[in-house]
Amino acid sequence: MELVNPGLGLIFWMVVAFGLLLFILGRFVWPPVLRSLREREQSIELALHEADKAREEMKQLVFNNEQLMRQAEEERDALIRDARRVRESLIEEAKKQATEEANRIVENARERIHFEKMEAITELKNQIANLSIDIAEKVIQQELSQPEKQQEFVRRSLGEMNLN
Amino acid sequence: MRTKLLIVTLFFGFFMTFPLMAAPASGGNETHEQEFNAGHLIIDHIVDSHEWHIATIGHTHITIPLPVILIDQGKFHVFSSSKFHHGHSSYKGFKIETERNANKGKIVKVIPGTMQTDTAAEKPIDLSITKTVAGIFVSFLVVILIFSSVARSYTRNKGHAPRGLQSVLEPLILFIRDEVAKPSIGKHYERFMPFLLTLFFFIFFTNLIGLIPLFPGGANVTGNIGVTLVLAAFTFMMTAFSGNKSYWQHIFNTPGVPWWLKFPIPLFPIIEITGVVVKPFVLMIRLFANITAGHIIVLGFVSLIFVFGKISPGLGYGVSVVSVFFAVFISVLELLVAFIQAYVFTLLSALYFGMATEEHAHAAEHH
Repeated sequence: MELVNPGLGLIFWMVVAFGLLLFILGRFVWPPVLRSLREREQSIELALHEADKAREEMKQLVFNNEQLMRQAEEERDALIRDARRVRESLIEEAKKQATEEANRIVENARERIHFEKMEAITELKNQIANLSIDIAEKVIQQELSQPEKQQEFVRRSLGEMNLN
Repeated sequence: MRTKLLIVTLFFGFFMTFPLMAAPASGGNETHEQEFNAGHLIIDHIVDSHEWHIATIGHTHITIPLPVILIDQGKFHVFSSSKFHHGHSSYKGFKIETERNANKGKIVKVIPGTMQTDTAAEKPIDLSITKTVAGIFVSFLVVILIFSSVARSYTRNKGHAPRGLQSVLEPLILFIRDEVAKPSIGKHYERFMPFLLTLFFFIFFTNLIGLIPLFPGGANVTGNIGVTLVLAAFTFMMTAFSGNKSYWQHIFNTPGVPWWLKFPIPLFPIIEITGVVVKPFVLMIRLFANITAGHIIVLGFVSLIFVFGKISPGLGYGVSVVSVFFAVFISVLELLVAFIQAYVFTLLSALYFGMATEEHAHAAEHH
């Protein structure tokens, strides 16, 4: 049974060797190895996490940009619409003013024409009156150039006067 | 690259068959009347020895004599094992027992002036550097060299992808951490990582070195019960020292068990304590048996060649084809076993640590 009958010396040396191995590896090898493995894992995890975050931010950025673009477009449209409205209203206003101005001018002209017409009529009336008087004067002068005719005229006028 | 690999393979292939071919020849030539005995050959290759046999060419043994360190009646005796002349002579009143009994291969005292074993005398305390101890030292050096280089690359190569040796071993380190320690132990796993990693890599590398049939390898280290005994004892001690209150309570006063199973005959504590001892015992036997079995099968296949060669040389050559094929097949299988046994030993140790540090839900209620 030599196979299962180990020597005491062997056990002694095995304890020494394995104990020393445990001590040396446990002291100088495993701590740095395990630490750097852990650190590497952490840094990889961090990097992945950051990449994820960056991607998320990128998405947000693109989204923001799109929104900004859309807002700008909307603003532009609004501006154009406003401008169009302002232009239309301006034109409308101008038209109205022009019409009013024209109307006023026409009215003025009409009034002046009327006034001048009246003046002309008055003058015409005066001239006609003067002319009539002149003519009447001449007629009277001609009529009353003979004494009988003067008497006749006085009588008729007296008869017409109806003195009572 | 491919040519280099081929040359290395051929080189190793040549030397691999060398000691095995020489071994039975030595058995036959040395003591001329002795028959070739496959069982004795296999056992002699597997058990510990005071010299490291490399090859035998003709009548010359090429061995590395290893130091013998004895403490006999309070006195140190240190000398080379070559003084024993492969067990043929005694030195300073000591000899290597050659009889096939319980003490074969161990150093015993002789009756002065003869080669007779002094059965009455007390056996000396043998602290010799045997073949297995030398094998342990080889594994020790290999593990230290490899991992000091790996630790250096971890500090130098900080934050970068692993490279070289580091990238070969990192998956194993991560495997032990993520697949063995974390699921088996739970949140306290970091405390046991150095032990588990050391245990795994020592067993794994020692198993692999044991499969190399050339000089620095080939020693049956993890197939020696003394070695597995120490490894299992380390696991046992770690478990015992890290056991928390609820672990010990479960052993001595298992909750949820009727009182008459604990008193007056402490049936349950006895069962639990048996379990505590059996667990490392099983670890010891499993590793020892698996590795030894692998060595025995390979040696058995090779021995078949000589058993049949004794009948007729032609038959020996014929069988050699089949035997070598099977030996290579088993060796490849042993590569797998080398990993699996290291893994199983580590996994079970981790599970025991997990049991010892587990915090039970109903125990927490009392706090």
